Amino acid sequence: MLLMRRFETAADSLYKSKLIRGFCHLYDGQEAVAVGMESALTRRDAIITAYRDHCLYLARGGDPVSAFAELMGRAGGCARGKGGSMHFYKRDANFFGGHGIVGAQVPLGCGVAFAQRYRKEGTVTFDLYGDGAANQGQLFEALNMAALWKLPVVLVCENNHYGMGTAEWKASKSPAYYKRGDYVPGLKVDGMDVLAVKQACKFAKEHVLAKGPIILEMDTYRYHGHSMSDPGSTYRTRDEIAGIRQERDPIERVRKLLLAHDFATTQELKDMEKEIRKEVDAAIAKAKESPMPDPSELFTNVYVNDCGLESFGVDRKVVRTVLP
Amino acid sequence: MKSDPTVCVMGEDVGHYGGSYKVTKGLAEMFGDLRVLDTPIAENSFTGMGIGAAMKGLRPIVEGMNMGFLLLAYNQISNNCGMLHYTSGGQFKIPVVIRGPGGVGRQLGAEHSQRLESYFQSIPGLQMVACSTPYNAKGLMKAAIRSENPVVLFEHVLLYNLKEKIPDEEYICCLEEAEMVRPGEHVTILTYSRMRYHVMQAAKTLVNKGYDPEVIDIRSLKPFDLHTIGNSIKKTHRVLIVEECMRTGGIGASLRSAIIDNFWDYLDAPIMCLSSQDVPTPYAGTLEDATVVQPAQIVAAVEQICQ
Repeated sequence: MLLMRRFETAADSLYKSKLIRGFCHLYDGQEAVAVGMESALTRRDAIITAYRDHCLYLARGGDPVSAFAELMGRAGGCARGKGGSMHFYKRDANFFGGHGIVGAQVPLGCGVAFAQRYRKEGTVTFDLYGDGAANQGQLFEALNMAALWKLPVVLVCENNHYGMGTAEWKASKSPAYYKRGDYVPGLKVDGMDVLAVKQACKFAKEHVLAKGPIILEMDTYRYHGHSMSDPGSTYRTRDEIAGIRQERDPIERVRKLLLAHDFATTQELKDMEKEIRKEVDAAIAKAKESPMPDPSELFTNVYVNDCGLESFGVDRKVVRTVLP
Repeated sequence: MKSDPTVCVMGEDVGHYGGSYKVTKGLAEMFGDLRVLDTPIAENSFTGMGIGAAMKGLRPIVEGMNMGFLLLAYNQISNNCGMLHYTSGGQFKIPVVIRGPGGVGRQLGAEHSQRLESYFQSIPGLQMVACSTPYNAKGLMKAAIRSENPVVLFEHVLLYNLKEKIPDEEYICCLEEAEMVRPGEHVTILTYSRMRYHVMQAAKTLVNKGYDPEVIDIRSLKPFDLHTIGNSIKKTHRVLIVEECMRTGGIGASLRSAIIDNFWDYLDAPIMCLSSQDVPTPYAGTLEDATVVQPAQIVAAVEQICQ
């Protein structure tokens, strides 16, 4: 969680120094969800999320160097610099991204779960979306299908209470997102408590493999605004943000527990923080060394080269094909 | 589906009903309910589901009961199907086939007579093919399933009843190749899908009048087979495009500009393009016939080009 917090803080400064451009959605405050979930799953289980994906990528074993490189648009990035902040993926860790359009990842996640069921893998998919996406029609369509076919999918609503600038009570008639499943059961979880998240995810995984989909609503909070273009203070008070930081910060809670039960000393925790700061700074330095993508990369990965042929759009002059 | 267990079908009424145009008849009995999946009427999300399953390693074939319904799934087809291979830096491939009947039928009304080729044209990463005969339908379908790229296969509502003797054994048609239907010397007529039959009907009349048209079924709508097309233009020097999609922003419009960019020096006459009118397809039979290109118009166009 410390690594994630440090990563997002560093991303904030990189954005302000214009090394990261475009949209940058930061996850600090919500770390407990990522870490708790990951600790309840194996790498064979799948996770898919929307655009607030930096920390999920790190949780799935993503390396901070490739993450920073991707944010800065370098060739060493996890998507070769072609995806950006909203498109982090890690196929070998079953992390399916990284999606820009709100709610579009929900049916995708159900598709991943479909494939898991089709192949009888015994694994599950955690399909993350936010309180803003909870009003998308495709979510309910996907929920219906998941319940109909008992797909091993856990729909996780990361409720940080604001859909960009709109508070949940202004957008949703019923902000009890865990209850929206109707025929699909739901659980509300304190998303700032990493141990609660872990227990809930463990329970959800077992439930889903036996009985079909379930909704988990993570009650969490983001300190930054929706993205770096949003100061985050026009629709909520600074007192509210400071209050949550004081009372419910996920890292502070764990720190208190560790100290109270003598699992670590204050000095050890301070040293850990210093280590992580160094690690993140080193990762940024390494990522800065990565070059910008070669101009030829503009045209790679548009299609998969297949059957010995290549395609570049309407103007291709030569047909080359090898029949399989 | 027999040789590859990852191939599966999903769509409305594809399973027990056998498909609204009987394309998937008998498959559910053979392969079971999971491999031939009857979906609820939720195009956006079952297309998204198919794409997610493809990301995880399956090879789904998603059927839109009518191509027009896939407009609801446009976001999934554009962003997740076409672009995901690129935005993930090559990590995920989406070997999905999206197919369904489209085109103007017999008085089906405006919303059920849509031609989606023009809307999907600009999506990067997508391949589009249109089948027109039983032979190329089988070949293109097999090639589309085996392709690692997402392919949109356009079928036509009025062509499902065609009967033709086709080989039992395996064969595929190259996805990027056009089909030479009738070699000729005077004019190159480029067409696809149902308009092929209108063109061949016009060709009979033209031959009687002494013309020798070369008819090419372009089949591959994205990318165009400029090799076959170019060779033909170099021979005849005159081009007529006959298509069923709308004049504005249609396949013909892109094809025309591709030909001008590449083969301008070989043209002896301006390229003519006959397309459907830019109107919603009316219900009345006579009006509907006037919306699409008819053989008489093709004959008149050839006569004009060959003056």
